[in-house]
Amino acid sequence: MTVLKNVSFDLMRGDYLCVVGENGAGKSTLIKCLAGLKKPAEGSIERSREISRRDVGYLPQQTAIQRDFPASVREVVISGCLNNDRLLPFYNKSDRMRADKYMGELGITHLAGRSYRELSGGQQQRVLLARALCASGKLLILDEPVTGLDPIVTGEIYSIIKEINRKHHTTVIMVSHDVNTAVKSANKILQVKNTVQFCGSTEDYLKSAVGKAFIGG
Amino acid sequence: MFEMFSYPFIIRALVVGTLVSLCSALLGVNLVLKRYSMIGDGLSHVAFSAMAVATVMNWAPLTVAIPVVIAASFLLLRLSAGGRMKGDSAIALVSTGALAIGIFIISMRSGINTDINNYMFGSVLAISKYDVVFSVVLSLVVLGLYIVFYNQIFAVTFDEPFAKATGIRVDFYNMLISVLTAITIVLGMRMIGALLISSLIIFPAMSSMRVFKSFRSVVICSAVISVVCFLAGLMISYQYSAPTGASVVIINIAVFAVFCAVDYIKAKAK
Repeated sequence: MTVLKNVSFDLMRGDYLCVVGENGAGKSTLIKCLAGLKKPAEGSIERSREISRRDVGYLPQQTAIQRDFPASVREVVISGCLNNDRLLPFYNKSDRMRADKYMGELGITHLAGRSYRELSGGQQQRVLLARALCASGKLLILDEPVTGLDPIVTGEIYSIIKEINRKHHTTVIMVSHDVNTAVKSANKILQVKNTVQFCGSTEDYLKSAVGKAFIGG
Repeated sequence: MFEMFSYPFIIRALVVGTLVSLCSALLGVNLVLKRYSMIGDGLSHVAFSAMAVATVMNWAPLTVAIPVVIAASFLLLRLSAGGRMKGDSAIALVSTGALAIGIFIISMRSGINTDINNYMFGSVLAISKYDVVFSVVLSLVVLGLYIVFYNQIFAVTFDEPFAKATGIRVDFYNMLISVLTAITIVLGMRMIGALLISSLIIFPAMSSMRVFKSFRSVVICSAVISVVCFLAGLMISYQYSAPTGASVVIINIAVFAVFCAVDYIKAKAK
C-alpha cells in the first residue's frame, strides 16, 4: 500500500526542515526512506556527493528493547562512532574524544558511567542525540524526538536541536506532531497527508491556508 | 575428588565444556536482549534431528549437524525479520517440525536408543577425541569473532535502525550472530542435551543483568558465571553420578537466585 505519493523537496546545508502531518499521514514512512531504512516504492532519493550514507545521524523512536538494556551512557554514545572508517573494528582514541566532546556539549558528561535504562526520558534523548552527532555532524534525521516528554523537557530538547543546527551548520530533518513548537525553530516546513500539502519556508507556511488550518485546529 | 581428573573423558568434557560455556554466555547476552531467548531451544531440536539422521546413516554427527543448524538459524531470522511471523511462533514451528522429522526417522531403525538418549539429555561420555579437536577449534573461532566484532554486535543489538541508518552492515552482523549461535548450540548440546541447552544461553545472561548495569560488565560477568557453573556442575555430576547437563543447570538456578537476592537487597538499601 502506498501511504505517501509524489513527494519531492530540496534541502540545503544548514536547513532545518520539520515534517508535520496527522497520524498515519506518512511522516514516519518518509523519514524511514530518508534514513535508508526503507526503499521508496518508486523514484529515488539522491544525495549530493558531500553527504554519503555515513554522514547521517539518526535518532529513531525508542524501542522496547532499550528499556531494559544494560548499557552505560558512554557505551551508547560511542557506538555512534562505528560508521567512521577504521582499520581495526575497535574504538580508537579519536572515537573516544569525539564521544567525550558531544557528551560535554549535551551536558551529560556527569552521566557517562550511569546505566542508560535508569535515566529519565529527557536524559535518554540527550544520550541518543549525542550518539547521532558522533555518527555525523552533517545531517540529523530525528523521528519524533520529544514523544512522551513533559513540556519543560520538550522545550529543552528543542532548543538543543536548534543550537546544534546553528552552531555546526547541521542540516536537520525532524518529524513532529507538535506543530506549534516546531514552526518556532524550523526554517522549512513540509506538511504531508498521503501527498504533499505544503512545502516551503516557515513564514510562507504561517500565512498559508493549510498552515493556518493545521495550527489553529 | 581430584581423582576425577585422571579420567580422559572428564578432561575432554572439561576442555570442551569450558569453551562452550564461554561462547554461550557471550552470545546469550545478545540473544536475551534481542528477545531471541528461545532460539537455542529451536536450534537444538533441529540439531537433534540432524544428529539422529546422521546416526541412522552412520555419518559423523557434528559434521552433519553444524551446516544444517546454520541453515535453520538463517531461516529463523528470515522468518521473523520478514515480519510475516512473530519470532516465537517461527521458532516453535521450526523446532517442533524438526523434532517430529527426527523422531520419525529414528523409529525406522531400532537399537540406537543410547545415542538418542545422549542427544536429548547430554552425556560427557558422548565426546570423542575427534569431537574435542573439532569443538575446540570451532569455539575458539566463535570467541575470536565475538571479541573482534564486539562493538558492532553491541550496536546492532542495542539499536538496529540506528545502526542501519548510519551505514553499519546490519545484515552481515545479524548473520554473524546467527552463525555463531548455531555453532555454539550444536557444540553444547552433546554435553548438556537438546532439552537443556537453552538454559546455558539464558541463565548466565539473566543473572548478570540483575546486578550489572553496563554492557561490558554484563558480558564479562555472564562469562564468569557460565564457566564457574559449568565446573561446579561437572564436579557434582561426577560425585553423584548425575547427568552433567542437569547438574550445570541446577547450579545456574542457584546462582540466579543469589543474584536476584543481591539485586533485591541493593534496591532496598537505596
